[in-house]
Amino acid sequence: MTQLLLEQALNGLQFGLMLFLLAAGLTLVFGIMDCINLAHGSLYMVGAYFVAAATQAADSFWIGLGVGVAGAALLGLLLELSLFRQLYKRDHLSQVLATFALILIANEAVRVIWGAQPVMLNPPDALAGPVEFSLLGDTFFYPAYRLVIIAFGIGVAGLLYLLVAKTRVGMWVRAGASNREMTEALGINVQALFTAVFVFGTALCALAGGLLGPLLAVQVGMGESVLILAFVVIIIGGIGSIRGALVGSLIVGSVDTLGRALLPTLLRALLPADAASTLGPALASILIYLLMAGILFFKPQGLFPARA
Amino acid sequence: MLPRLTALATALMLAGTVHAGDRIKVGFVSTLSGPGAGLGVDIRDGFNLAMKQLNGKLGGLPAEVLIADDQQSPDIAKQAADKFLKKDKVDFMTGIVFSNIMLAVGPTVFENKTFYISANAGPSQYAGEQCNPFFFNVAWQNDNLHEAVGKIVQDKGYKNVVIVTPNYPGGKDAVSGFKRYYKGKVAEEVYTKLGQLDYAAELAQIRSLKPDALFFFLPGGMGINFVKQFVSAGLSRDTQLFAPGFSADEDVIKAVGSSMMGMFNSSHWAHDMDNAENKRFVADFQKEYNRLPSLYASQGYDAALMMDGAVRDVKGKVEDKAALQKALEAKRFKSVRGDFKFNTNHYPVQNYYLRAIGKDAQGRVTNKTMGTIFTNHADAYVAQCKMK
Repeated sequence: MTQLLLEQALNGLQFGLMLFLLAAGLTLVFGIMDCINLAHGSLYMVGAYFVAAATQAADSFWIGLGVGVAGAALLGLLLELSLFRQLYKRDHLSQVLATFALILIANEAVRVIWGAQPVMLNPPDALAGPVEFSLLGDTFFYPAYRLVIIAFGIGVAGLLYLLVAKTRVGMWVRAGASNREMTEALGINVQALFTAVFVFGTALCALAGGLLGPLLAVQVGMGESVLILAFVVIIIGGIGSIRGALVGSLIVGSVDTLGRALLPTLLRALLPADAASTLGPALASILIYLLMAGILFFKPQGLFPARA
Repeated sequence: MLPRLTALATALMLAGTVHAGDRIKVGFVSTLSGPGAGLGVDIRDGFNLAMKQLNGKLGGLPAEVLIADDQQSPDIAKQAADKFLKKDKVDFMTGIVFSNIMLAVGPTVFENKTFYISANAGPSQYAGEQCNPFFFNVAWQNDNLHEAVGKIVQDKGYKNVVIVTPNYPGGKDAVSGFKRYYKGKVAEEVYTKLGQLDYAAELAQIRSLKPDALFFFLPGGMGINFVKQFVSAGLSRDTQLFAPGFSADEDVIKAVGSSMMGMFNSSHWAHDMDNAENKRFVADFQKEYNRLPSLYASQGYDAALMMDGAVRDVKGKVEDKAALQKALEAKRFKSVRGDFKFNTNHYPVQNYYLRAIGKDAQGRVTNKTMGTIFTNHADAYVAQCKMK
């Protein structure tokens, strides 16, 4: 039982931290620049493809990860300079239209370059097996690669905290999120700040794509489903707040994992087996949306609104 | 007056589809992108290989194969099938991988009086009460491969089994097929989302149940991810994996690699089967595509041969639906799996074999046939079928 709970908790943490990498960039772009970026999921997909391609070329996952993330960041820079800069001043509808077009272009481009079939990306051989450790006299197993993902997630979260809370740039970012006009009036180069934030957000979601590639599959359309989850996270956490994104990610990650693991068993105790097997998975997949609705009912601005 | 008008309209419509006996058109709708793409691509490649060997002809007539990707979505499949049926007026349809898509597309095809030769999806519905003269399955009924696994798990004496399958019609068929022959304890039936790729939560649950055997049916990319994550979670030490051939064929082995060695699975076909047709198929497939064929490829190949034999039998008069149905039922072709017959519900009566994954003489990780599980095995639904 302890093994089950510990393993599920780690699974929830791993999933939540990866969502955080995605949501952090999204919430900053949305919160500071007031720009809805639907193509954030496409940057995640492109990042994963870059990492897969670089891994194949370099024959090393870690080099591939570094090169792939750098490549995606460069693409983010080009996108910001050419397209997003024009979008900040427009209304949300134009932003939605333009970034939706980007999703279609990205999917088609990836299909043309890498084909419609998923690209295989394997974790380094050393991390392919489970890790064995003892706790309270019991032996536990957990996949080594997932532990590495958790370590990456915690590392990035810590780095972001230091960056946002302890540095001057972070202060500008926070100021930009809570009142953009005032920040500009104080003489801060908001344009350069926006570019930096956008590129940083792109790098984070490419990192998530590259890290999750070996666990999932690198394929066309992988960004859309995860984008919806990322939006749920930033709405729960409060738009523009890094802390909110972290808390929201961990909540969504754990609720989704625990729901999938426990709901079917729970329902089987209450309902006939046939009904439970139909209802359980269905209910588990809408659980996070129920959670979002509940949180918005009590806190319409999310848990940690940036413009409080 | 009205019935006569309808009859006239029907006659006119039929006249519209009559061929000058010049060309056979095949509508091929399959899953060619996304996590299920490996299956559709193999069926297509098998089908195309047969077409190439037949010099692009079916039954001696020049043939045209129209291919569409359903992206594993019933809606897109339905649109593509509608176009093939109404605009292109195809003579045969084939290619669909997933049973939920088959059930969505089937009614339009049958209404249009077009023969569907299924090279994969074999839903229980079309084997039983909803059986249809225009539906043939050249592969198997969905339950069959699972029944074979159930039998082997039972015979090998496993007592505590967990079942993992996606929550869709094919998954339900898998569970009922498996449990028809496995009588021991089922610790848990785990239903996942169709297309799910991360199984962390399910694997933790499986670990806590400590089963001695695990039966999973996760076709395509789902199975690849499941086996990879199963091994990396360290579960393969205590739990023996069993799967139908779908989840343990060349597509999965190529992606997962040597950690699949020792896994048992069931199939109606294997690339090491010793008959002349199969040897030619396997050799030509490898030459053409530079990889070993999977059971899906063999099914696509057989579907093309089946059309070829039937068209030849009716001397190209495919507009005579009754004669064409008889010719299809008579199975005028030599299958790469050896001999088999069609049952009254147009599903095969055939042998099922046990395969194990290991290294072959050339050092490749691949399937090896170990023995026969069922001889001349029919599906469980045929009694409910009243074929018109």
